[in-house]
Amino acid sequence: MNPLPHTALAAPVITTQPPQIDYALLAPLLVVFAAGVIGVLVEAFVPRPRRRAVQFTLAALALVAAFVLTVVRVALLPAGGAGLTVASASIAVDRPTLFFQGTILVMAIASLLLIAEHRHGESAFAAQAATVPGSEEERAHVLAGSQHTEVYPLVLFAVLGMLMFPASNDFLTMFIALEVMSLPLYLLCGLARRRRLFSQEAAVKYFLLGAFSSAFFLFGIAMVYGYAGSVNFAVIHDTVAAGGAGALPGGGPLLLLGIALVGVGLLFKVGAVPFHSWKPDVYQGAPTPITALMASGTLVAAFGALLRVFYVAFGGSVAEWRPMMWVVAVLTMVLAAVVAVTQRDIKRLLAYSSVVHAGFVLTAVVAASAEGLAGAMFYLAAYGFTTVGAFAVVTLVRVHEGGAESGDIASWAGLGRTSPVLAGSLALFLLAFAGIPLTSGFIGKFAVFEAAVSAGATPLVVVGVLSSAVTAFFYVRIIVLMFFAEPAEARPRVLRPGRLTGAVIGVGVVATLVLGVFPGPVLDRLSPAPGAGTAEAQSVPGGFATTADLFANR
Amino acid sequence: MELYAPIFVLGGIGAAFVVVSMIAGSLLGPKRYNRAKLQSYECGIDPTPQPVGGGRFTIKYYLTAMLFIVFDIEVIFLVPWAVHLDALGVFGLVAMVLFLVNVSIAYAYEWRRGGLEWE
Repeated sequence: MNPLPHTALAAPVITTQPPQIDYALLAPLLVVFAAGVIGVLVEAFVPRPRRRAVQFTLAALALVAAFVLTVVRVALLPAGGAGLTVASASIAVDRPTLFFQGTILVMAIASLLLIAEHRHGESAFAAQAATVPGSEEERAHVLAGSQHTEVYPLVLFAVLGMLMFPASNDFLTMFIALEVMSLPLYLLCGLARRRRLFSQEAAVKYFLLGAFSSAFFLFGIAMVYGYAGSVNFAVIHDTVAAGGAGALPGGGPLLLLGIALVGVGLLFKVGAVPFHSWKPDVYQGAPTPITALMASGTLVAAFGALLRVFYVAFGGSVAEWRPMMWVVAVLTMVLAAVVAVTQRDIKRLLAYSSVVHAGFVLTAVVAASAEGLAGAMFYLAAYGFTTVGAFAVVTLVRVHEGGAESGDIASWAGLGRTSPVLAGSLALFLLAFAGIPLTSGFIGKFAVFEAAVSAGATPLVVVGVLSSAVTAFFYVRIIVLMFFAEPAEARPRVLRPGRLTGAVIGVGVVATLVLGVFPGPVLDRLSPAPGAGTAEAQSVPGGFATTADLFANR
Repeated sequence: MELYAPIFVLGGIGAAFVVVSMIAGSLLGPKRYNRAKLQSYECGIDPTPQPVGGGRFTIKYYLTAMLFIVFDIEVIFLVPWAVHLDALGVFGLVAMVLFLVNVSIAYAYEWRRGGLEWE
């Protein structure tokens, strides 16, 4: 007896033909991976004093080369907005992929500069992470000037995962990318030089919750596979679009379960509200350069993956997942904004602010339209630059004893008088977070909310605007504190920005202003030219038959 | 529903086996305790009680275990390739060599950083 009646889904044909792989399209991934592997060899064979310089040069060259290759690949794409798939259709190379990968690489380069910043031979990372905090061994390693240069290959591997995550074209590749991205980050979170127990706690929390979310994601994949009989996004899309029960008789509920569970896994990585609880603890405990990488690169990658899954694979059942996203977006914008008001630590505040911004991007996801995709992409790039700059400022304000970062917002009072340039940059970043005109944050919010309104989600936009008003309150409160309050008694020590940190803050300021004042060229390029859709298929604004055509990759 | 009947039956048999054998063991088995039997059922070092002042676990066991897992997976991955070596051709050979090189790099790292020295 055969309990499974659908024998039509036969075992895959074992082919002995070597797959055709277009290595040019995979080049950025390969470069980053190769640099990571060479970085491990550098750890093994290069003498200790020269490791840092070699590792930094290697990582920086690899990331810059990968960025150049990403830009070059734009020319390789066929005209008319179509995309390509590589390696047995497991990786999709299309315009959204290239945009997300380019953004991730720029964010990774900025974070790398923060990671490499050194003062008096001290980095942001523990001298020897394996020693017990406060022990004699730890002191010995600090005195000996030990360094964890393994940080660089780990960052490269994490970036590799981030590059793969939004480019994955099937669920298994996406899961591998998720793990390649997450595992090095779990480790990097625990490597802070100061407040080490705190940092290790953050790493454990992130790891345990991340493992849970991976399990949800995998379970969801199993459900979707049960429904569609495939993990490939294009096949899933076609099965969903055809409607009905899918591959199994009565398999309809499997799709709903799958959407929900996959959604949990992805929304966890994004940090949307019911699944956000890791974010404040992890962002606060992790070394600040790693926090900058997570707040920019990981967020972009996670949203890229979320958009691809929900627009391409589940593009035929927008009506099913839209209510779910709607609820999550409202919860995220409201709850995180309210909780952020009570925060006293700058890193926790920026973490909650990151949760709120995830909610704003979710309003664009809800739109399920070309404007939604373009708005989300612009928002993520703009937010990434601003947040990296903000965390770069955080690395410079230290307490007097021990040199840990002075996270307490009260101690930042009067910073505008003692270090006006630094406080001015932070004020600009905070205004951009708040969405004040002439900053990138305003354009981003405008694009996102406009997309949501034109998709009929006006109540959601009302909630979003109210939530922006709440967030503006606590951003402006910090600015007022910095510029109009008397300096605190326990004034923090403000370090002179080194060349690397200074460059990151400068790039953040310039990007925030340029994207705010001249957003046109970027925004215009992001909106995909309609052409794939036909006249009668107008279910999605902009002439696209379905949301999947936005990725032009089926 | 009938689709799941075999699974439920199998699950029932599995659960019954666990329950029955545990009850039977506690009722029928002889109980002659000695020191070794009362120790925690783990290989390697005693996890408790920890030495005064926090104490540290020796990392040696973990390193050895990790090294074992790396080679274990490597071998498992090699077997199907070796069986179909002729069919997989040059592409398979190159892919496998690249895989082995990458695994060896992790191994080289562990060796150079003293992971293989027992003392």
